[in-house]
Amino acid sequence: MDPDPHGPPPTSPTSPAPPRPPSPPAPPPRALPPGTVPPRTAPPGALPTRTVPHRGVPSAALAAALVLLALLPVLGAAPASWDGTGARVSGRDEDRPRRTLKVAVSQSVDSLNPFLATRLLSTSVHRLMYENLTNYDPADSRPVPGLATAWKPSSDKLTWTYTIRENARWSDGRPVTARDAAWTFTTMMTDEDAATANGSFVTNFREVTAPSATRLVIRLKKPQATMAALDVPIVPRHIWSKTGDLAEFTNDRTFPVVGSGPFVLTGYKADSYVRLTANPVFWRGAPEFHELVFTYYKDGDAAVAALRKGEVSFVQGLTPAQARALADEPGVTVNDAPGRRFLALATNPGARAQDGRVFGDGHPSLRDPRVRRALFMAVDRDMLVDKVFQGYAVRGEGYIPPRFSRYHWRPAAGQRVPYDPGEAARLLDGAGYRKNAEGLRTGADGKPITYRLLCHATDPNDKAIGRYLQEWYAELGLGLRVDCLDNVTDPWTAGEYDLAFDGWSVNPDPDFVLSIHTCAALPATPGAPGATDNFICDPRYDGLYGRQRAEYDPAARAALVRRMQSRLYDTGYMNVLAYPNAVEAYRSDRIASITTMPEAAGNIYGQDGYWSWWSATPAEPYGAGPGGGPPTGALVGIAAAGTLLAGGAGALALRRRRTVDDRE
Amino acid sequence: MPGAEPAPRRRTGSGYGRYVAGRLTGAAVSLLAVLVTGFFLFRLIPGDPVKFMTGGRQVSVEQLAAYRREFGLDLPWWRQFTDYCGKALTGDLGTSYQFRTPVIDKITEALPNTLLLTGTAFVLYTALGLFLGTRAAWRGGGFGDRFHTGLALTLYSVPSFWLGLLLIVVFSVGAGPVPGLFPTGGMESGDTTGFAHVLDVAHHLVLPVVTLVAVEYGQTLLVARSALLDEKGADYLTTARAKGLRDVQVKRRHAVPNAALPTVTLVFVNLGRVVAGTILVETVFSWPGLGGLFYQALSVPDLPLVQGLFLVFAAAVILMNMVADLICPLLDPRVGR
Repeated sequence: MDPDPHGPPPTSPTSPAPPRPPSPPAPPPRALPPGTVPPRTAPPGALPTRTVPHRGVPSAALAAALVLLALLPVLGAAPASWDGTGARVSGRDEDRPRRTLKVAVSQSVDSLNPFLATRLLSTSVHRLMYENLTNYDPADSRPVPGLATAWKPSSDKLTWTYTIRENARWSDGRPVTARDAAWTFTTMMTDEDAATANGSFVTNFREVTAPSATRLVIRLKKPQATMAALDVPIVPRHIWSKTGDLAEFTNDRTFPVVGSGPFVLTGYKADSYVRLTANPVFWRGAPEFHELVFTYYKDGDAAVAALRKGEVSFVQGLTPAQARALADEPGVTVNDAPGRRFLALATNPGARAQDGRVFGDGHPSLRDPRVRRALFMAVDRDMLVDKVFQGYAVRGEGYIPPRFSRYHWRPAAGQRVPYDPGEAARLLDGAGYRKNAEGLRTGADGKPITYRLLCHATDPNDKAIGRYLQEWYAELGLGLRVDCLDNVTDPWTAGEYDLAFDGWSVNPDPDFVLSIHTCAALPATPGAPGATDNFICDPRYDGLYGRQRAEYDPAARAALVRRMQSRLYDTGYMNVLAYPNAVEAYRSDRIASITTMPEAAGNIYGQDGYWSWWSATPAEPYGAGPGGGPPTGALVGIAAAGTLLAGGAGALALRRRRTVDDRE
Repeated sequence: MPGAEPAPRRRTGSGYGRYVAGRLTGAAVSLLAVLVTGFFLFRLIPGDPVKFMTGGRQVSVEQLAAYRREFGLDLPWWRQFTDYCGKALTGDLGTSYQFRTPVIDKITEALPNTLLLTGTAFVLYTALGLFLGTRAAWRGGGFGDRFHTGLALTLYSVPSFWLGLLLIVVFSVGAGPVPGLFPTGGMESGDTTGFAHVLDVAHHLVLPVVTLVAVEYGQTLLVARSALLDEKGADYLTTARAKGLRDVQVKRRHAVPNAALPTVTLVFVNLGRVVAGTILVETVFSWPGLGGLFYQALSVPDLPLVQGLFLVFAAAVILMNMVADLICPLLDPRVGR
């Protein structure tokens, strides 16, 4: 269950990806267009190290406040660094402007320690700072080489051997070796704190060793098909083995932070900015933008204003209204991309624990497959896409969104549950839930049926869809009470609901979202924590799940995953309503090109990989659009005029008062 | 028998000392009450912090149990309560669930930002409110009075986020002939140092401060005006005028000090609120302060952070109320008796 779609989004990582048995060759380093972005010439480790004091000093702020008060009349003076084009000019970088890519974000960084961080922004930043063993092809999300150039399983399926690339360097110049990877995984297996964020990736590991600098060996307890999708940032052993208590290490005090990814973390201030500088020794080639800065806009409208003004070059999470407004803005491109998320209407199949005990109070009628089918037949998904999402979504069918083409499944014509209210009514009649004299369908107890629908109070889409469902179900003679709550977790975990809005972001490897419907995910006892999404427990589904997890042949595994979705669709516990789009916008007068994922038509923010920001190329001439701030001269002039006016008014007032006093 | 009547007691230094001791005790008791209330109040928020922290992530049942152990959520409530009180009294506010750093670090990180924003706004709106309020009352009923009172009431009723967004559209992006003068949000550009950094922060400070001042000055204005209006007809002012004092002297030396009591109390209560920041304005202008942090903490709920912030906010208000209480007898000796 995803109790809160606005909660911390899933870490971009999750599952595995079917390995390509003969490991694929590394893609050649990207050829940089001649003369565009001169890779940084500084030698590795040349970035000066500085240490940030641990805490702020309140008294300093008070003093600053007083100073600022004195400065208020001349506040018009702009920061000296704006050159009118929005580009930051730095004395360090010869005679051309430093090209900085500013991205508006709203989510706080929970930690810059990759062993602890779970939020989408933090894991995205870690993707840029630290290379994983493997990456995902931007075209179709297949696993491609990262730090590992090749990987293969043993014949008993229990040992995986990875070849670590020889040309990868840490940003301080030292080589990246298999020992760094072995240290990273072993630490997660032995230190509870280090397992905080990504511990689930190593639960099936028996042992990780590095027989040589370029060979990494992972021994498993049982076969696992997800071994090419280990989304674990590999950290430098020579730095991290000296950090002491990992739970206490924030990794944001000394800059630059040594990493192996396309960017190096060079500055951070909580809820203000995250500054990353292009890594000149990145094995795939340095990014073309000198700097990537994630800057904070907690309000969506303010972020859109910043984009229009040119203060930032990228915003994401746009509403339909914002997207439409920006579509006509010169110098701005709106990217309406297929999302990686699905939104479903889930039914409570009867909450139960692994010990067999039944709990909760889900309506008993929902255990009848005919009733579930009738409820789904009464939902017009096209209408929802059109009216609620205003076109910024795709009608839902299978469990895995279409952007993951390898695993996406669609029902055949004969299997599809169509929108057919008439047939839905007949199904309910057939199931014995007939209308009474008042036109209301009654349950076995003779009382009219009113279902309770769990809805997220913070999600306007939930509320809007809830109103449509109320209407459609009322026509069937069914009542629907929409319970919009700030926190739906408690009733959900207790099984005290009938229907619920359910949504998940899906990772390139679908193992995790499939696992939450297995019987093994049910809570051990009623009320105990469990991994189940919706209390579904179906032996046929479980059998398919076990087979796909142990299937090392990608095509065969994909076929099994599609069969699982087919089974899930037929049981009718989950009705996928829509796949909401990822709507974002960028300044095309700053960014000439950028890789989306999927490459054909995909999203930019929150990719499974570092493709977007690594591939972004600056527009030439850079920053032809609006600048980040008005010219300093104009501001100084305005400030001077303001000061003169204020001074003049004050002098007049004083003079007038004096004369008034004298008259008295 | 006249001789048996006790002589009226004169107010002495020791009387004020008792008054001060009483106020200090009251503040300490209030603080303790806040400490206890904070623990129970926030446990009424529905939701399991561990579930929230791991929401949307692949987590085993063992990991969930480990989280509970780590944060002491598996302990009985009374053990959690005694641990919390014991640590709080030694200045340890615990570790934030979501940021995994000491609560005190998160607070000291955001506190200066909030003090800068709300402190600057406080000084300005108090000064503006007092000045205009006194002026409006002294010329009560005139055009200036009606204009300022009307404007203050209007701005006081305006939602701060709406005004903030309006200011962003007009003065950040630029509208019509007005150029985009100020940044759309944040506290700094992040690429400046030294004096340029001070200017940069000041540049970012303008619009949020203007928003806060516009919305808040009305309250001070109305209280100051009403207090002075009550004094305006008093006989001692007629006496003062009869002595030949000029109008401005009558106002400053006699009327204003006597009308100061409610205004001073309001000013100190507002000063206590300065610490808490303002969630709406901080959100609209993406200001990295305590208000936004409190909102984030509540939505988890990140209990140690919520409790820590609640304690700091409450302590600031209690402290400032206490200061107001201690000052009032100095302004009006009748208060402390």
